Amino acid sequence: MKNIIREIRTEKGLRQEDLGEQIGVSRQTINAIEKGKFDPSLSTAFKLSKELGLKIEELFQFEENGPK
Amino acid sequence: MKDKKFSLKQKSNLKVLASLTVAWTTSQALVTFGSKLFWPESTVIIIATILLNIGLGIGLILANRKYLIEGDELDKKIAIESMSLALGLSIVVGLAYSSASQANLIPFDADISHLVIFTGISILASIGISRKRYL
Repeated sequence: MKNIIREIRTEKGLRQEDLGEQIGVSRQTINAIEKGKFDPSLSTAFKLSKELGLKIEELFQFEENGPK
Repeated sequence: MKDKKFSLKQKSNLKVLASLTVAWTTSQALVTFGSKLFWPESTVIIIATILLNIGLGIGLILANRKYLIEGDELDKKIAIESMSLALGLSIVVGLAYSSASQANLIPFDADISHLVIFTGISILASIGISRKRYL
């Protein structure tokens, strides 16, 4: 899935590490999600949405052939 | 503080897992070499070291489970992929190796330690490949 997490995170002045701590995942996981290499679980997607103040559908864009 | 809990818990779980891995490996060496070199005559000590080895092994399994359950979701995905690949490879290669040994196609006896080494190498290689893929 494509997403705009990196843009929103940097706008808010958050580091990957900070965002990871806030939602309970590692910095590496945030990096993999931002790069579109890893699709987060529904619960992590909700936490990201809450933390970044956007709806899930605004943060993520579904792609048919995204990572499994 | 809620924010710091995740990484602190992960570090603590990893420390426990690392300590138990070292302890279990040491106890395995104690069982293997102790019964041959230090106390070959003492059945009581041999049984005691085997029981210690089993106890530490169970602790290691539980610590690994806790680390994965409470850990990061990408780590879980990498671990599941790596373990499934290593398990499949170990079964397929292990049985083929055993069959080859029974048919006298290899010049030495098939030993369980060879399979353990193969499983270890498989899991390390698959973790490396998965990490490269996702990170």
